[in-house]
Amino acid sequence: MASTENEVRVLIKSDEDILSARQEGRELGVRLGFGPPELAVIATAISELARNLLLYAKNGSIICWAIEREPKKGIVIQATDEGPGIPDVEAVLKDGYSTSGGLGLGLPGVRRMMDEFAIVSHKGRGTTVTTIKWKS
Amino acid sequence: MQVPILKQGPYLIASVQAALRDADLISLRDSLTEKVGTYRSRGVIVDVTALDVLDSFACRTLSDIAAIIRLRGAHTVIVGIQPEVAFSMVQLGLKLEGVATALDLEEGLEYMNRRTKRMGHGQYGK
Repeated sequence: MASTENEVRVLIKSDEDILSARQEGRELGVRLGFGPPELAVIATAISELARNLLLYAKNGSIICWAIEREPKKGIVIQATDEGPGIPDVEAVLKDGYSTSGGLGLGLPGVRRMMDEFAIVSHKGRGTTVTTIKWKS
Repeated sequence: MQVPILKQGPYLIASVQAALRDADLISLRDSLTEKVGTYRSRGVIVDVTALDVLDSFACRTLSDIAAIIRLRGAHTVIVGIQPEVAFSMVQLGLKLEGVATALDLEEGLEYMNRRTKRMGHGQYGK
């Protein structure tokens, strides 16, 4: 799995990989012309999604790419895993919900900070969280 | 990447130099907990100026540090949270409530001097 100029792909297997994903995602954000506050949001969202992968699925991938939906330009951040899946998607999107002793801020927080958010989960087959940040 | 911890009079100053892995944050927490006893420090200043992200794990660890240091009888102040980092923390729902913060190291030292003076300890840095 390797990143290219317009796409970031990082396999998340350890906390070290969270840093790589954050760094590469931020660099893609810079290339796409995002400003400092949005870059911090992008890096933070990647961090939260990547940590979820480690916590709940042991490993997974962070993939980021450029998106254009006239007249808007943005970045897609996707976290995908082949873990156990989320039994109750509605519940994990509520603030304060956590099964890992975390703060329970992960997914609701990410949804709040990004412009678009979608989650698809199949029991026993894995979860994909797709989010978009548009350039302001 | 290990965080250097400097002893500055009655205070410990931890200057984060680069992005930290979760393991580095845990190790920072543990060394501060230990060193505050070794040096009988009155306060701990954690400088996060160099960080471009404070995610939920980092915030939880900083809260834990402040709580542990308080139980050890000293004060903690987090200094140098950058504007865009503060912005994304609030969006994510992380407010570090109950943890003292200051603009930069200078303000952090000022805060410590005020806190420890109120407690009747000596001042430093004046």
